[in-house]
Amino acid sequence: MSEPSTNDADQSTLDFAEMQKLAADILGVDPDQVQLDVSFAKDLAADSLDIVELIMAIEDRYHVSLPEEELEHMKKVGDLWTFLLAHPATADG
Amino acid sequence: MSRNGQGYSFSRADASPHILSVRLLIVSENGQARVRVAITGMGMVTPIGTGIEAVWDSLTKGRSGIGTITQFDASEYPTRIAGEVHDFKPELYMDRKTARHVARYCRLGLAAARMALADSGLKPEEMGPDDVGVVVSSGAGGMEEIERGHQVLIDRGISRISPFMVPMMITDIAAGLIAIELRCGGPNYAVVSACASSGHALGDAAEVIRRGDAVAMIAGGAEAPITPLLMGAFCQLGAMSKRNDDPPGASRPFDLNRDGFIMGEGSVIMVLEEMEHARARGARIWAELLGCGSTADMYHFTAPDPLGQGAARAMRAVMRKAGIGPEDVDYINAHGTSTGLGDLAETLAIKQALGARASQIPISSTKSMSGHLLGAAGALEAAACVLAIARDVVPPTINLEHPDPDCDLDYVPNVARPARIDIALSNSFGFGGHNACLALGRVVA
Repeated sequence: MSEPSTNDADQSTLDFAEMQKLAADILGVDPDQVQLDVSFAKDLAADSLDIVELIMAIEDRYHVSLPEEELEHMKKVGDLWTFLLAHPATADG
Repeated sequence: MSRNGQGYSFSRADASPHILSVRLLIVSENGQARVRVAITGMGMVTPIGTGIEAVWDSLTKGRSGIGTITQFDASEYPTRIAGEVHDFKPELYMDRKTARHVARYCRLGLAAARMALADSGLKPEEMGPDDVGVVVSSGAGGMEEIERGHQVLIDRGISRISPFMVPMMITDIAAGLIAIELRCGGPNYAVVSACASSGHALGDAAEVIRRGDAVAMIAGGAEAPITPLLMGAFCQLGAMSKRNDDPPGASRPFDLNRDGFIMGEGSVIMVLEEMEHARARGARIWAELLGCGSTADMYHFTAPDPLGQGAARAMRAVMRKAGIGPEDVDYINAHGTSTGLGDLAETLAIKQALGARASQIPISSTKSMSGHLLGAAGALEAAACVLAIARDVVPPTINLEHPDPDCDLDYVPNVARPARIDIALSNSFGFGGHNACLALGRVVA
């Protein structure tokens, strides 16, 4: 499992492996398949309902809120991870 | 006997009960050959076993599948027992994601459908996309998901409702799921008539084949009703047994001390196939689905017509359609839910429909063992008829210790009975006054 590259955020509170597992559980794939450059739709066979379910789980876990207009930008795992890094939890995770 | 000009003519080649063979000469009203429907596969996940042999073993040994409810805490409920499917392993039949995105009734249904297809040897993926259809019913659909989803709505608001809520709750999704997973692109829907649902599903699926819309149909029912709301609702109806201290003895159709039905869950699915198609590919033919008689009571939402007239008309209708008479019927699998009113009304119905024959043939309620699988009950009981025909054994009505003097037919008390069964009827009656009676017959090669 490669260490994700991060840019601008506080990674000490975020654990990529944990997010991998959460997404893997929702999408019915192996955690190792959940990598930054992987497409939800093409590589992980996620349809729009899967994405909504994943986002709900992410929101619950990380206490963030993904506006609907952000959803269409969530093409790859990296897009989601970048969003999380840029939006620290609003409460304890 | 024959009824020329009225459906089939039907003749027995030999009167001896041991070498008796049934030859069906199928002629419709306009003189055209009528399409015959073979049952070539069966799959079952039930409180009395998973798979044909396990279920048959329970049915012939009189083994009850009723126990204390484990799926939720029912300790405060007037009825705390049900027929649960234990040790069900969805991962044997579907991937993790699919299992998470469908309700329990669908998981049970897909499992039974896969077993039925494997049993039949039919390969829809190698056939035309329209050749194989699916009619799989459920009385209640994804009840546990509706209840869970509603709790989420109350506790956390609209934004936390699962995006899969709608497909999980609706009663037609088992049919859709099975089509997706098993590559069956023919006619696809659910027939819903409460506890008659899967009787109607099998009957309608056979008609789909007869009218030429499919070569084969995957048909039956799936139900997972053991949920807090539905159990509570049925308790409020006053229709369920409260014999909580004796689960195996609680479902006692036609017994004087019966006090209501016992809910069960599970799925039974059959592969129906156009007879010549089945023969051409050398399929093992379990039996023939001769038809379905379907009527309404026109009486009450939940109570049966106390005179059993609607049920009697359904039995007469299927005999008329199949071109048989009461003298041809060798066994009836009764609806027999173990309610005071229902068992009595059905007894009267059988007497009306079969006349003197009613007291000459074995009749049993296998719900005494399985409990009442609601929308899957008709399919389980049709399967019991098929196996009775195939194996020359009538399953018993267990717990029939003190027969109700008003239920005075031969209800095969407690012990399975060897008997030659060429034609069997299977009764299913549902809330709403829906009646379905299936006729199943032996097929001689």
